[in-house]
Amino acid sequence: MTRQAALLFGLFGSFVAAVGIALMVGAVGLSVPDVAAALRGAADAQTQTIVTGLRLPRVLLAAEVGAGLAVAGAVFQALLRNPLAEPYVLGVSSGAAVGAVVAIVFGFTTVSLLALPIAAFIGAAAAITLVLAMAAAAGRGLDTHVLLLAGVVIGAFFNALILLLVNFADLETFRAAMLWIMGSFSGASTEGVVTVGFWVIPALVGLSLLARPLNLLSVGEQSAFHLGVDVSRLKLLLYVGTSLVVGVCVAGSGAIGFVGLVVPHALRLVGGSDHRWLLPACALAGATFLVFADTIARTVVAPAELPVGVVTALAGVPVFLWLLIRHEEGA
Amino acid sequence: MSLFELRDISYSYPSSARPALEEVSLGVAEGSLCALIGPNGSGKSTLLRVMLGELSPTAGSVAYAGRVPGSWNRREIATRIAFVPQAEPMAFPMTVKALVEMGRYPHTGILGRMGSNDRAAIDQAMERAGVADLAARSIRNLSGGERQRARIARALAQEPSVLVLDEPTAALDLHFEMETFELMRELTEERAFTVIVATHNLNLASRYASRLVLLADGRVEAMGCPDEVMTADTISRVYRWPVIVSPLDEEGSGRGMPQVVPLSSGSPNAAG
Repeated sequence: MTRQAALLFGLFGSFVAAVGIALMVGAVGLSVPDVAAALRGAADAQTQTIVTGLRLPRVLLAAEVGAGLAVAGAVFQALLRNPLAEPYVLGVSSGAAVGAVVAIVFGFTTVSLLALPIAAFIGAAAAITLVLAMAAAAGRGLDTHVLLLAGVVIGAFFNALILLLVNFADLETFRAAMLWIMGSFSGASTEGVVTVGFWVIPALVGLSLLARPLNLLSVGEQSAFHLGVDVSRLKLLLYVGTSLVVGVCVAGSGAIGFVGLVVPHALRLVGGSDHRWLLPACALAGATFLVFADTIARTVVAPAELPVGVVTALAGVPVFLWLLIRHEEGA
Repeated sequence: MSLFELRDISYSYPSSARPALEEVSLGVAEGSLCALIGPNGSGKSTLLRVMLGELSPTAGSVAYAGRVPGSWNRREIATRIAFVPQAEPMAFPMTVKALVEMGRYPHTGILGRMGSNDRAAIDQAMERAGVADLAARSIRNLSGGERQRARIARALAQEPSVLVLDEPTAALDLHFEMETFELMRELTEERAFTVIVATHNLNLASRYASRLVLLADGRVEAMGCPDEVMTADTISRVYRWPVIVSPLDEEGSGRGMPQVVPLSSGSPNAAG
């Protein structure tokens, strides 16, 4: 067995462990047999409700969103040849959140179940288009500073839009805004798990099938073109795929940052940059990371709850700064 | 018939009023070593990009083996023509072996499973470009010359019949520069490759190429064998610097080929 296959097995093991722990801890502590019984449908009514009614949807949603955001981060990094690229940092998550809030505030969500993910997808696609257009207008294409600056500015603008929209709506203003800006799984439901999974899982499989041409993109678009990649078609597929993943994830749980930065970076250190390995590994590790982060978010200040984005930002910002400094040193 | 056939090619970049290429016509014969020379900004890189289908000409027609390069399926053409760029981004760490394996992309399926012929092509390419003992090294920790040879190995792993290089020796020392030109000649003479190289080294171009194309301001200024193109008059005018040209007085290949010596401003001949 190769090192990378061994790592994938290890990641799968930690994912299962994270799910198990997340199902056990909370306001009511449960034992392994309790959880196992509930998963088989053989526990008492109260345990059953806690495990399969409350905790399981939340854990599964966190796993789907973590997998989606981590893979989207890895794809953005290869597309932009920039280890600092990430849906939240680039303002794409905030764009998706604006789309979702617009759909809710204007009542599109009462018309169709598809309205929320579609609006979030459009918001994500609009954000990445804006960021790339701003970077191009600054005349330096994929320059790291310009891209990051454009992402931060667009993100700030979209966050302001969310606060504005939420104020117009008859929502529990502040909490609702925090949910979209920092992300939370407190509203997780079985329908949410199914809706997010319906879009995200096929999109992740599709992105993983593009792993080889994605490898070639990391040596530049010109070289990829001459190695046999239809670069413009590939880029279109990747941008559409990542916008869809980010849009649906944000529609499900708000804009959670830094998952797409921390996870791919850590995995590249241990297993290398080959996307045939990196993308599945990101899906497993991203799921594990966000299940853990959400468990911390809902237990550390119990009975209150932190937005999960607070936890991921506390873990992610130091990694971001470290990468930025290394990048500046030309490492 | 020529392998590449360009007729009255013009190209303008969208952001620029001045055309980068104007009415360029030329043919590249199969099995030849063709060197593209000319001052900075004369259109060498643009001409390569048009020939390879990366850019569509604003006017005129290009054909590779009788077909417009842009109409080829990308994978199909990548098994015939390989390109070595001037420089490449290196966003993520990667071994030399992984870089060279990229050359097998057009030959393998969606999962990239490699057979014995793929592995043989990789080993042979690394051997040929002299990077076999660097296989496990990270591309980032190599010298400029080693990195360029790794990219040449990747191009050879594509098993093409045409090799196109854009200023491959711009950052290399004398040793690597000579090795690169020797390799290009061996490929054309021993393996019937067609090699097209854009270069600033006029003297090595003259010694090694069978045919020179001199570009100036997007036009073909002179074209033909080195004796016809490398005259003191032409080179002085195009590069706006006085030069003398004398035949190479050296045993071996390239003997008698014209060599350029630029004059310093204090030199008595500099007045002309």
